[in-house]
Amino acid sequence: MPHSHDLIASLDGAIKRYGRLTALDGADLQLHRGELLALLGPNGAGKTTAIGLLLGLIRAEAGTVELFGQDPQRIEARRRIGVMLQSAELPPTLRVGELLRLTASYYPAPRALAESAELAGVTDLLKRPYAKLSGGQQRRVQFALALCGRPELLFLDEPTVGMDIEARRKLWAAIRQLIAEGCSVLLTTHYLEEAEALADRVCVMSHGRMVHEGTVDELRARVALKRIRCRSSLPLDTVRGWPEINEARLENERLHITAAEAEVVVRHLLAADPYLRELEVHRAGLAEAFTELTRDADEVADTDQREAA
Amino acid sequence: MNTVMLSAAPAMPRGRLIGAYLEEARSECLRYMRAPGFMLPIMLFPAMFYLLFGVLMAKSNGAEAARYLLASYGVFGVMSPGLFGFGVSLALERDGGLLTFKRALPMPPGAYLLGKMLMAMAAAGVVILLLLTMALTLGHVSLSLSQAAALLLTGMLGVLPFCALGMFVGTLIKGQGAPGMLQLIYLPMSFLSGLWFPLPMLPKFLQQIAPVWPSYHLDMLALAAVGMNKGPLLGHVLVLIGFAAVFLLMAARRLRRHG
Repeated sequence: MPHSHDLIASLDGAIKRYGRLTALDGADLQLHRGELLALLGPNGAGKTTAIGLLLGLIRAEAGTVELFGQDPQRIEARRRIGVMLQSAELPPTLRVGELLRLTASYYPAPRALAESAELAGVTDLLKRPYAKLSGGQQRRVQFALALCGRPELLFLDEPTVGMDIEARRKLWAAIRQLIAEGCSVLLTTHYLEEAEALADRVCVMSHGRMVHEGTVDELRARVALKRIRCRSSLPLDTVRGWPEINEARLENERLHITAAEAEVVVRHLLAADPYLRELEVHRAGLAEAFTELTRDADEVADTDQREAA
Repeated sequence: MNTVMLSAAPAMPRGRLIGAYLEEARSECLRYMRAPGFMLPIMLFPAMFYLLFGVLMAKSNGAEAARYLLASYGVFGVMSPGLFGFGVSLALERDGGLLTFKRALPMPPGAYLLGKMLMAMAAAGVVILLLLTMALTLGHVSLSLSQAAALLLTGMLGVLPFCALGMFVGTLIKGQGAPGMLQLIYLPMSFLSGLWFPLPMLPKFLQQIAPVWPSYHLDMLALAAVGMNKGPLLGHVLVLIGFAAVFLLMAARRLRRHG
């Protein structure tokens, strides 16, 4: 990738509150040219707020938000993006072709209508009114609207919700084709296999912060580690002194250990503390790693709250 | 690096920019022409009122009464596409996420509102033409061509302050709550500014506060258009412009902040 270091969108310490709820709590995000970044996280983690900031729909209370080096609320910046939101009720009586024509008219150099339709697989729907389409077909039309302006950056917010497996695979193929043309994509999704199939980098959010960021392989490597939990009277420093330990901490009177070779550590533990109880060893899949990551953040947030109270 | 990327940004040719405004207006008109269930009641409701009270029941009072009521029911009819056509559709589209989507897209500023405004103006024109037809045929009102044209113009421009008011209410309330709220504004305001019964028939206090309502000022202009108000008009025009500007600004502010 010749332009792999071109930064095209970024959040830097972004904070956004809704009343007493803090949706984003110092979020950082960097998106480079030509890459697909998947934003993962449970509901309420702040994904939609992060996207809203980058699209200029809302303003951050602190921190900076940039899109192509500009304020996203500037139309010049938004002329270079395409958008597929999680839910948008498009005018029901307009035909698919008319919706494409209208959306393409906002852009300086859009794709030809037939090309957009072909890419998104909606060629056979062009004459149909939007309201008469199935949920999956409507999502495909929304995807066509997102790519019709020949964007340099595509925002896809849960694009495959409501699609069957066949339609999902077709959409993935179309996204890959766009990336091959040099388009960047910011994808939010609930489906880990979607992130795995498409993403160069994965960013996991929880409680308005990024709790993990890296390549898919790095996320996997993190998963290759095993997690050991137990109740033990062993001092934390002793455990930390063992060479096999990657990370150890004490939480809610439980010892949490991360290590590559769990068997060795368990042998040490049992030898050092005969009264050790409630021993658990986990090897997480990608899905579990993801929940682990966010649960850890949950616990931290809970502790923060308790300390604050 | 930022400067490099700025220069790489494709410029929007002026022709395409104008094209975007036209496309937006075209789509707005198309979608409502295909959904008569939304605009038709808004336009027919005042026409029915005029037929009942302005033509059938006013027969005994003669053509002058029918002429007077043509102006005031014309105003009543023009308020409806402004308040409902604009306000309710905005409230529904904020609720359904369409407005959010449009704000995320590089839609040229104001194109969305301009499209709706043209739609409301067209609907107001249709309402006035309907009433004029009824007045001239059934009500035996005699109007010169220039008087009819003046009333049509008053109606089509007079819808704008009510678009602004409808827009403001549309930014306050989302979705299905908006129609009820707008009825609460529409009906009392029409009554209080003498659109249903001539003002002199209302209690003294209500007569005195009538100039508070924008519909009162539009009624004065409409009466002048049909030759029944010889007083100065500039004041009324200015009040309406001011009213439209204030509500437009408040609505635009809320839209920008809250979407």
